[in-house]
Amino acid sequence: MSKSVLSGKGVTKVFGLGDKKTVAVDHVNFKFSKGELVSIVGESGSGKTTLVKMILGLLSPTEGDIYFMGKKRDIRTRKQKREYWKGIQAIFQDPFSSYNIFHKIDSVLMDCINMRGGSHLPRDEKIKMITEACGFVNLKYAELTNKYPFELSGGQMQRLMIARIFLLKPQILLADEPTSMIDACSRATILDMLLQCRNEVGMTIIFVTHDIGLAYYISDSVYIMEHGKFVEHGTADQVILSPTADYTQRLINDVPKIHAPWDFAKVASTVSAQA
Amino acid sequence: MGKAILEVRDLTTKYITRFKEDVYAVDHVSFTVDEGRTLGIAGESGCGKSTLALSLMGYYFSPLYYTGGQILVDGRDITNMSPDEVRKNVLGTEVAYIPQAAMNALNPTAKIIRFIEDVIHAHDLKMSKKDIYDLARERFEILNLPSDVLQKHAVELSGGMKQRTVIAISTILSPKVLIADEPSSALDVSSQKLVIKMMYDLMRMGYIKSMIFITHELPLLYNVTDNIMVMYAGQIVESGTAKQMVFDPVHPYSKGLMNSIIVPEEGTRDVKLTAIPGTPPNLKNPPQGCRFAERCKYAQHLCHTSFVTMRRFGEVDPGLLGGEDEGDAVAERNRAYRCIVPIHELKAAYAEEDAARRRDKEAVSYE
Ligand SMILES: Nc1ncnc2c1ncn2[C@@H]1O[C@H](COP(=O)(O)OP(=O)(O)O)[C@@H](O)[C@H]1O
Ligand SMILES: Nc1ncnc2c1ncn2[C@@H]1O[C@H](COP(=O)(O)OP(=O)(O)O)[C@@H](O)[C@H]1O
Ligand code: SF4
Ligand SMILES: [Mg+2]
Ligand SMILES: [Mg+2]
Repeated sequence: MSKSVLSGKGVTKVFGLGDKKTVAVDHVNFKFSKGELVSIVGESGSGKTTLVKMILGLLSPTEGDIYFMGKKRDIRTRKQKREYWKGIQAIFQDPFSSYNIFHKIDSVLMDCINMRGGSHLPRDEKIKMITEACGFVNLKYAELTNKYPFELSGGQMQRLMIARIFLLKPQILLADEPTSMIDACSRATILDMLLQCRNEVGMTIIFVTHDIGLAYYISDSVYIMEHGKFVEHGTADQVILSPTADYTQRLINDVPKIHAPWDFAKVASTVSAQA
Repeated sequence: MGKAILEVRDLTTKYITRFKEDVYAVDHVSFTVDEGRTLGIAGESGCGKSTLALSLMGYYFSPLYYTGGQILVDGRDITNMSPDEVRKNVLGTEVAYIPQAAMNALNPTAKIIRFIEDVIHAHDLKMSKKDIYDLARERFEILNLPSDVLQKHAVELSGGMKQRTVIAISTILSPKVLIADEPSSALDVSSQKLVIKMMYDLMRMGYIKSMIFITHELPLLYNVTDNIMVMYAGQIVESGTAKQMVFDPVHPYSKGLMNSIIVPEEGTRDVKLTAIPGTPPNLKNPPQGCRFAERCKYAQHLCHTSFVTMRRFGEVDPGLLGGEDEGDAVAERNRAYRCIVPIHELKAAYAEEDAARRRDKEAVSYE
């Protein structure tokens, strides 16, 4: 317990130069423990995706260090990167974007097994694994064979991405707004599957969202991000039930709730006209 | 107060696809919206919410066709008007529709004032440039938009400002009904709240007389509407006050939607969310009987065959929704649903399930 699988010190990303300079991520520190389900919550443009890309190794930090399994991460060569990605994987907001749409679904899942060094396995064995992964996300393998990704709905596609994660079994899963393009009522399924990945497979999950309600439902601990900085961090109950940062307070106030309805008479004073 | 601004009776519209197939996206829909009231329409995507909104304008163009029913705006039926008449005398003045993602569809090369001039000219109104400008400035002020926005282009505005600009343009002719289709789903929570507050201000000041609000986000609907209708596969399966629909739904589909509500409030962590299995049916070949039967855990043999109509608690005018604060009793009577299983049976089943959802979540370990 509490052994850090991933941590960061002073992680910073600056885009552009001079007048056009954007500090997207501004000296953030974090520490994620094994099996922990952590949320990073912030409004759009707060720097969440930029941080995810740095953690994933798709962007290099302008400043700061990332530690993976206790050691400073070194992914300068392609080989090192490939090795790193065995331990850390991601799913994104648009499940279609991270997919080669010209690959049939079964071949995509087959590749996952090969990636994990299973290329020598007999075909039967592979199909058994794929069937199990599809079962995990409540999809029927038989219905997917020979289909292309664009023949699936957004929700089905996102589940397929989780099936892929189930086969790859990374130690860490980064989920960047995985439900924001999905109907409110299919969200529950995706959240439950993520919980299962943690509970049954033992993954560490970093769940990125703009929806503080989702973060509260799913996570053990929560980081609140504002303009590239973490302004608050604590257990889900601490952060949501007794927030200390003004920004967290505002997020919670402004999100529609069902036990404490909005009071429109008080709205103007809390929101800036430029928003 | 209490005066019906919009009355819809048995409205049915369909798409005719390129392959000459009929898609019954709005099927015998009836409801009423009173002056000063806001109606919410909930349902998964593909259930026909946007099509219903489009149909309410009384303006049909391929592939959408009107097949029956009435739409009375302030007592006047708009379904038997010619398209030209609708364009001039209904759109924007009687009914205004803000489509999904409208804020990202503003022509980027035109100044904002141009959109307003276009709306005025489309209605053959004789107004000088100066009068148009003054009118626009007055409305922009209500929406907390600085008047220099009128001389700007859409790209220069933040998301929230763009959405408020769209609202200002759509309501410039003071429509009686404003229909907003997912007006805030692309906005951050604070801009969303502000946008909605300003829509309310417009109504409070009498510039619009009623609102219809479409979104699949139930907590949002709960906060902004008086009544909520749940739509499934082109039909209204249940309607009632916002409170009834969120805390005490009757129809199995409504109940399923409510079980997926997530809010950052104490207690929500302790209840397991549940999703409705499967997806809405294809409306080219809607199932016989109850359209929800395939996904419903209470489905009985009869559900697959019989024609299930709207039922009501007690006797009251068809389609009439709770409105005035005459007390819960009236609201309860006015609520309608469409299911063959008696209410007390459904409610007993829900009580048991809710208890199980609590236990279930406890079983999930967080250590
Ligand atoms: N490739 C890029 N080049 C320049 N600026 C960028 C780039 N990617 C992101 N940004 C900027 O960095 C900030 C943070 O963006 P992002 O990480 O996408 O936020 P979030 O995911 O929280 O919405 C924004 O101001 C955005 O415009
Ligand atoms: N232009 C169109 N032609 C044919 N069918 C359509 C068209 N637009 C929507 N539909 C169908 O009508 C149904 C209702 O769609 P829509 O009104 O957009 O639902 P919602 O707004 O609830 O997501 C869906 O089954 C959809 O596929
Ligand atoms: S009519 Fe039957 S299938 Fe339809 S909602 Fe009621 S119980 Fe379920
Ligand atoms: Mg992002
Ligand atoms: Mg829609």
